[in-house]
Amino acid sequence: MTNKLMARAIALAFLLPAAAQANDSDEMEKLRGELQEMKKTYESRIQSLESRLNQTETIANGADKKADDAAVQASAKPTSSNAFNPDISLILTGTLANRSQDSHYHITGFQAGGGIGPGSRGFSLGESELGVYANVDDKFYGGLNLALAPDNTIGVEEAFIQTTSLPGALTVKAGRFFSSIGYLNEQHAHTWDFVDNPLAYQAFLGNQFGDDGVQLKWLAPTDLFVELGAELGRGRIADTAGRDKNGGSAGSVFAHVGGDVGASSSWRAGLSYLTASTENRQSNDLDAADANVINSFTGNSKVWIADAVWKWAPNGNASNTSVKLQGEYLHRNEDGSLNTDNYSASQDGWYVQGVYKFLPYWRTGLRYDQLNSGSVNYGANTANLVNTDYDPSRISWMLDYNPSEFSRVRLQLSQDKSRQEATDNQVFIQYQMSLGAHGAHKY
Amino acid sequence: MKRFIQVIALSIFFMASQTANAALNIFACEPEWGALAQELGGDKVTVFSATNALQDVHHIEAKPSLVAQLRKADLLVCTGSELEIGWLPVLLRQAGNEKVLAGKPANFEAAHYVHMLEVPTRLDRADGDVHPGGNPHIQTDPRNIGKVAEALAQRLAEADAANATFYQGRYKDFDQRWQNAIKRWQAEAAPLKGVAIVVQHKGFPYLEDWLGLKEVATLEPKPGVEPTSAHLVEVLAQLQRQPAKMVIRAAYNSDRPSQWLSERAKIPSVELPFTVGGSERAKDLFSLFDDTIQRLLEANK
Repeated sequence: MTNKLMARAIALAFLLPAAAQANDSDEMEKLRGELQEMKKTYESRIQSLESRLNQTETIANGADKKADDAAVQASAKPTSSNAFNPDISLILTGTLANRSQDSHYHITGFQAGGGIGPGSRGFSLGESELGVYANVDDKFYGGLNLALAPDNTIGVEEAFIQTTSLPGALTVKAGRFFSSIGYLNEQHAHTWDFVDNPLAYQAFLGNQFGDDGVQLKWLAPTDLFVELGAELGRGRIADTAGRDKNGGSAGSVFAHVGGDVGASSSWRAGLSYLTASTENRQSNDLDAADANVINSFTGNSKVWIADAVWKWAPNGNASNTSVKLQGEYLHRNEDGSLNTDNYSASQDGWYVQGVYKFLPYWRTGLRYDQLNSGSVNYGANTANLVNTDYDPSRISWMLDYNPSEFSRVRLQLSQDKSRQEATDNQVFIQYQMSLGAHGAHKY
Repeated sequence: MKRFIQVIALSIFFMASQTANAALNIFACEPEWGALAQELGGDKVTVFSATNALQDVHHIEAKPSLVAQLRKADLLVCTGSELEIGWLPVLLRQAGNEKVLAGKPANFEAAHYVHMLEVPTRLDRADGDVHPGGNPHIQTDPRNIGKVAEALAQRLAEADAANATFYQGRYKDFDQRWQNAIKRWQAEAAPLKGVAIVVQHKGFPYLEDWLGLKEVATLEPKPGVEPTSAHLVEVLAQLQRQPAKMVIRAAYNSDRPSQWLSERAKIPSVELPFTVGGSERAKDLFSLFDDTIQRLLEANK
C-alpha cells in the first residue's frame, strides 16, 4: 500500500510542472486525461510488480522451508542398504582361575545337576555370546542368543519370539528363553555382578533355568509395578533334555512388584513357584567310599523363590556412587527316584549380596551364600550315599573396573565350602566385553 | 447373583468412563519435554517425567516404576537420537503398551524436528559415546524448543483430537511468548558472542551455536568418558596458549573436574541448569533460559 502511494507521488511530482506550463484549458483537459491515463498504467504496472514480488517471496520461503526440512530429515535418518538388519551384539568373556582344589565339583548333600561349579583352572575362554534381535513385524519381536562354548560347541541359549501388540499389556513369549522366575534367573551371564551364580541357583536350578515353552505375562495398570506371569515348558532343567510327552513337563508362576522410594531409591520384590517333572538329571556326588559318582534323578521337583533387590544412587544419578542390595531365598522339594531307588528331599538356600560403586568406573561387592541340608531320604541308596547335616556355604568378594558400559575387568576372591571335604580358595580374573548393538539392560 | 453382575457391570462402566474422561497421559523422557508438554497441554494432560535434571540421561536404570508409568502412557515424548538407547527399549518391551512403540504416532522424538549438529562421519565406540544421529542435547537452544513445540502441539492434537483446538490455541500463545523471550535473551546475551569456553561434556553445541560461544576444549577426553588427570593437564596447557573465559558443566555433572581447572586456570566454573529443575531458579522453560543466560553473563564479567 505504501509502495502504491509513493509511486503516485513520484509520478505527480514529475508531471505537475509540465501541467503548470500549459495554460490553454483544452491543453489542460488533454493533459489531465493523459495524466489519468498514465496514473492508471503506472498503478497497474506497480500492482503487477507487487504481485510478482509476493510470489517470489512465497517461493523463496517455501524453498527455505524445504531446505530446512531436508536438512532435518537428512540429520535424523541415516540410511543404508542394511538398515533392516537386526541388532547384533557379541559378548566376549575370558577367565583366569586359580583354585586350591581340583575340578571334581559337587555340592555335598545336594543333587544339583547341570553345568555348575567354578569351571576349570588356569586360562579359559568363557562363553562367547552372539545375540541377534529385531522386530519381526508390527506384531512380533524375536531374537536368538547363541552361546559359543570354549570346547567349540554351540548352544542355543535363547531363541524366542515375543508379541508386541497384544491388548491390555499382555505379552506372550514362545521358544527357548530364560524363565522369569526369581531375580537373577532371567539375567544373562555378562550382566552378573560376580563371576558365578549363587550356590542356591546352582543347587536348585542347575545354575539357570531356561526352557522351551511359552510364557504369558501381564502388567497391571497401576502406579505400583505389578507383573504377573505363568510359563509352561518341556522341563529342560539342569541340562536334562526335557520330557518327550504331550503337553508341558514344567510350569511356573511368578509375581513381581516394584517401585521407587523418593528420587534416590528403587526396589523390586518377587515370589515365584516352579514345578518340573525331571528325567535323568545327572549330578556329581561323592559316595561313602569317597569315590566320585554320578547320580541320576527322575521325579518331581518343586521350587519356591522369594527375591528382593534395592538400588540406591544420589538423586538417581549412578555416575559416581550407587549401591545395590539383593537377596533371594530358594526352597526345593523333590520326590522320585535316585538311581532306581526312592528319593525325597526338602532343602533350601539363600544368598545376599551388595555392590557398591565408589568411583566412576569402579565397583566392589560382597556376597554370602548358604545352603541348608534340610531333610533328605536316600531310601535304599543309604548304603552308598551318606546322609549329612553339612550346610555348604561360600563367601565372595569382587572388585571390577568398567571403563565404559561395554567393557569390564573383574577380580573375584571366593572361599567356597560347597564340598564338606575340601574348602576351595578361589581367585578369578575375568573380562567381559560387548560389541555391536547397544544393549539395554534390565533392572 | 444378578445383583452381583449388575454391580460389576456398573463399576466396569464407571471405570471405563473415568478413563475416557481422564487427561492424556504423557511420559516424558526428559524434564524439558515434560515442561513443554505441560505448557502446551495445560490441564488436559498429566505429565510424568522419567528423569530429573540431576541424572545423566545417557545412563538411567530401567526401573519398575518407569515400566508401570509407560504402560499407561498415551504419548511418549523423548529426545531420540539414541539418547535413551540404554534404557528406553527395555522399558518399551516390558510395558506392553503398543501405542507408544517406536514408529507409532504416539512415540514422539524431538530430534526429528530440529537441525542436528555434530553428526558423526565415523561410527566407532573408540570415539566414546557417539550418537549416530547427531548430538542429542538439543534443548540448550530455545529456537529448537520452539520448533519442537510446533510439532508436539500437532502431535497432541492428533493424540487427543477432541481437544485439538485447545492445544493449537495454547501453542499460539506459548509460541508468541517464547519468540518474544528468545529476542529478549538474544539481546541480553549479546556480550557473549565469540566468548571462548571450555565444556565438561559435549552437551552444549546448540547453546554455542545460538549464542555464538566458542568451545575451545572439553574436559572429557572423549564424549561420555570421565575426565582423566592427564587430559585435564593437557587442557590446562592448551588454555595457556588459547585462553577461555569460563568452564561450563551441566547440573548433573560432577563438579570436581571443572573446579580443578577453574582453580588452576583462574577462570570461573559455571554450573548450568541444562534442563528444567537443574537449578533452584529453573522451574520452567522460561526461567531455565533466564537462569542460563544470567549465569553465563555473570561469569563473563
